[in-house]
Amino acid sequence: MLALELSFWQLTAIKTVIVLSLIPAGAVILGYVFLLKMMAHMQSRMGPMEPGGFHGWFQLVGDGIKFIQKEDIIPAEADRRVFALAPVVVLISTFLLYIVVPAGPDLVVQNLDVGIFYALAVSSLGVIGVLMAGWASANKFSLLGSLRAAGQLIAYELPLVLAVVGVVIQAETMSLQGIVGAQADGEILGIGWIGNPFILTQFVGFVIFIAAAQAELTQTPFDMPVAESELVAGYMTEYSGFRFLFFFMAEFGTAAALSAIAATLYLGGWYQPFVTGDLANIVGPLVLGAKVMLVAFLIFWMRFTFPRFREDQLQTFAWKYLIPLSLINILVTGVLKVVL
Amino acid sequence: MPELPGLAKGLGVTFRTMLETWRHGAVTVEYPKQKEAPTPRARGVIALKEENCTACMLCARECPDWCIYIEGHKEKRPPRREGGKPRTVNILDRFDIDYALCMYCGICVEVCPFDALFWSPEYEYSEAKIADLLHDKDKLGEWMATVPEPPPLEAGAVKKK
Repeated sequence: MLALELSFWQLTAIKTVIVLSLIPAGAVILGYVFLLKMMAHMQSRMGPMEPGGFHGWFQLVGDGIKFIQKEDIIPAEADRRVFALAPVVVLISTFLLYIVVPAGPDLVVQNLDVGIFYALAVSSLGVIGVLMAGWASANKFSLLGSLRAAGQLIAYELPLVLAVVGVVIQAETMSLQGIVGAQADGEILGIGWIGNPFILTQFVGFVIFIAAAQAELTQTPFDMPVAESELVAGYMTEYSGFRFLFFFMAEFGTAAALSAIAATLYLGGWYQPFVTGDLANIVGPLVLGAKVMLVAFLIFWMRFTFPRFREDQLQTFAWKYLIPLSLINILVTGVLKVVL
Repeated sequence: MPELPGLAKGLGVTFRTMLETWRHGAVTVEYPKQKEAPTPRARGVIALKEENCTACMLCARECPDWCIYIEGHKEKRPPRREGGKPRTVNILDRFDIDYALCMYCGICVEVCPFDALFWSPEYEYSEAKIADLLHDKDKLGEWMATVPEPPPLEAGAVKKK
């Protein structure tokens, strides 16, 4: 697609810059649209209206500037090196997620053959950062929060993976580009021109994926790790300034990335009927962006509606409902795949 | 899963509220630009009708946190009838309320026997320094203009002469 020839390192540098700018951009857009505005409207408030002039669009950017100005506080008893490293580990996990998500036929940083496998693997890397943060803070709230986060993320990693297996069986590939292609080439009841988004055949998988993604993001109703009334802010209690900003960006950046993966797996990704060739590279990111906003809307809608689970209800929900349900989903998908 | 209808209902409530806020605006107001209309009997600030005050000190004595400062002196006035004793009247020199201490209980308003103190819904009198919250009788008199009319009497009630 690109006419000019770039060396490997030049291309890598460009891709890195793009992905690095996508994380704060995604975090700011999701944070502004959903956390500030949608939540406010759902509570019959206006949200920020002053910063930047138009409906407070500058609020989160201003918050970011404020965070960077703040003093870098590390508790006296903290394990300084691990404490400093933890937010970076969490952010790297988010960064790595963006690498495999395709936004067009050629717009993908690296189209791995095991793309979805890789994405689910690096998304659980964040747990290590969370555990590091909790342990290094030398604070009981942080430690309890990080242990809760670890227990929760491990419990919900399973339904997340198992829900994806259904899609992989149906698409016969683990590459995210391949999954988009499988949906584009698919047909619904013999009608092929709009493709076959897997949400139709894998609806149960989609629901499980969204619920598990919600838990992976430690958002309400699964926000026990950062339950304010019990644990202050969980593993983030001792963090302030730009280190807290890293956690914040990672949370919303991961929300954007998981929404993009859900959109790719279940809603057809960047694919748009009748648009082919170079045009798809321009329309693709817009289509994907719209689908990301749709999935993120679902996630945040639940976040702003439901109250927090109890710790045992959380584990019950994962082990007794989501995991058996996703196993049945795999079984049915597998049988139908062989039979049909 | 008996919880499912409830979950869907909850989602519906938030979604409807969102659309309503979008279309008809929020229940909150953007304060410095728009102002909320205070309720008729809002306890914003206490206003003083100076000509009614006889410096009887009842309000100052009933005030639970002693935030009312009254000073007065006595003056002789000519008798009402020829040959009578000259009358003694109280003249109000100072009537200050320290709003840094006031807890807006309204006992002074209740206890005033001459209808000299009133509740006003005015609320914009914050100050940068705490000492500036001590307001004198001129300032308290200005707030009289913001005191709303008393509510109409109930049906069948008769106004005292």
